[in-house]
Amino acid sequence: MTNNPHISIQHLNVSIGNQLILNDININIPNKKVISIIGPSGCGKTTLLKSFNRLLDDTADVKVTGKVLVDGENIYDPNMEVTHIRKKMGLLSQRPYPLPMSIYDNVAYGPRLHGSPKKSELDELVETQLKATGLWNEVKDRLNAPATRLSIGQQQRLCLARGLAVEPEIILGDESTSALDPVSTSIIEDLFIKLKEKYTIVLVTHILRQARRVSDYIIFVYMGKIIEFGPTEELLLNPKEELTKEYVKGYIS
Amino acid sequence: MPILKSNQTSKMKRFRLLKDKIYSKLMLLFTILSVSVVLVIGVGLYYKSVPVINNSSWGTLLTSSQWKPLKGLFGFFPFIMGTLWVTGIAIIIALPLCLLTSFYITEYAPNRIRKILVPFVNLLSGIPPVIFGVWGVLFIIPLIQNHIAPHFVEFSTGYSVLAGGIVLAVMIFPLIVSIVCEVLNTIPRELKEASLSLGATKWETIKKVSFRKAKPGIVAATVLAISRAFGETIAVLMVCGNNAVVPHSVFDPGYPLPALIANNYGEMLSIPMYDSALMFAALLLFIIILLFNIISRVILTRLERKLAA
Repeated sequence: MTNNPHISIQHLNVSIGNQLILNDININIPNKKVISIIGPSGCGKTTLLKSFNRLLDDTADVKVTGKVLVDGENIYDPNMEVTHIRKKMGLLSQRPYPLPMSIYDNVAYGPRLHGSPKKSELDELVETQLKATGLWNEVKDRLNAPATRLSIGQQQRLCLARGLAVEPEIILGDESTSALDPVSTSIIEDLFIKLKEKYTIVLVTHILRQARRVSDYIIFVYMGKIIEFGPTEELLLNPKEELTKEYVKGYIS
Repeated sequence: MPILKSNQTSKMKRFRLLKDKIYSKLMLLFTILSVSVVLVIGVGLYYKSVPVINNSSWGTLLTSSQWKPLKGLFGFFPFIMGTLWVTGIAIIIALPLCLLTSFYITEYAPNRIRKILVPFVNLLSGIPPVIFGVWGVLFIIPLIQNHIAPHFVEFSTGYSVLAGGIVLAVMIFPLIVSIVCEVLNTIPRELKEASLSLGATKWETIKKVSFRKAKPGIVAATVLAISRAFGETIAVLMVCGNNAVVPHSVFDPGYPLPALIANNYGEMLSIPMYDSALMFAALLLFIIILLFNIISRVILTRLERKLAA
């Protein structure tokens, strides 16, 4: 599984102020699989996820050392162009944050940044991505309505479509279903499973059942360290580490 | 059995309820009182300006440029234009500077620098207007007279609507910056991250997301600043030239309404109609600000509805 890693993290340390958030992270994330990062609140899951597309850059007093290789390129290389890295990854945050514009413009936002596509190309692209996220039939008659008029579940799918529109290779999800109702949650989960044919998907979740439903591999993080990394069933049913066992059984949370 | 046994008599209970009623009515009364001050001022000004209105007419008063108090000619057009010129120039100068400053403070400035910048901006709003006036006379006037105006016109004393506008711009700067910063800080970080993670640069994110989201707040800040600029008296009066003619360029002197009132009220009141005319000036200022606030309120609600819907 680690023969051809999509993301390879080597000796990653992240500290904010004097606090060490991530401590010597080493991991290889395989291509075109769903990987869940689990762990208790405040263990560094989200920080780990954000280190993948350098969203940590804007945090005050943050210090990052080590390497994160995406397709073999170190994204923390000072010569690296940050917009180029971020374009490779679609981020789906905890709650949907549609941009303050129409449904159409939300999806077209990314492609417009990276080029000046023709109207017909854009139309096609918007339709494709809205279909990919199962939103097309629900919104095709009101593409010019403000995105905030959609339901929360629809907004989250719109955000996913918006991310897919820049043709990323990797999808990052930060507890992407935590604000959604059960029906919307299962729609999003099914999308993740469908999308792994084309994308590598890394999800942060605190719901073990969700990790089990959607992911191929699980990373267990505790107090800024990776405790265990392995195939989903193996890690959940037969964990090697004592800490993982306790977490999976619900003794620590 | 309850530990705290109610031993209140029905009389005491009634008294408590009565107190509640009295306080709510009192609050209503005070609210009405303070709001009615606006009405009282408006009515009072109108009442005082009736003589000059009856003497000529609204039309003549508003559109005539003849200002000859001794002959009983009161044309307010130059003063209205003076007010609009100075305020307009101030906003044109201040708004872009304020927006860029606010974006810098909220989005770009490192914590350390932000901690120094914000108190500085606030300090600016604490400086008394008369000091801005003096600064205008000592610094802005010679600057315009010797360095700016010669490029455009043959002669200018420096005392001009431009000078007034610049001084005013500096005075409203902290007001706009502090409100806009406040508004920008309420924009969720995740919204900006959404844009950044699509590969947008910071500037693209500011332009297309933050600015758009903050628009109602920016409009509100501008409205507040303009309202204040309309009424600003002393600093403007010191640098504007106070010449009762309609300005035709930024280097012409102007005579805004507040300056007219402040310069003349209490003097020359032996001239018939003069005090009534000054009251009319105040009424005009009052109406301009009122109208402006109503219009901007309408724009603001529309904008908010458009964004929120």
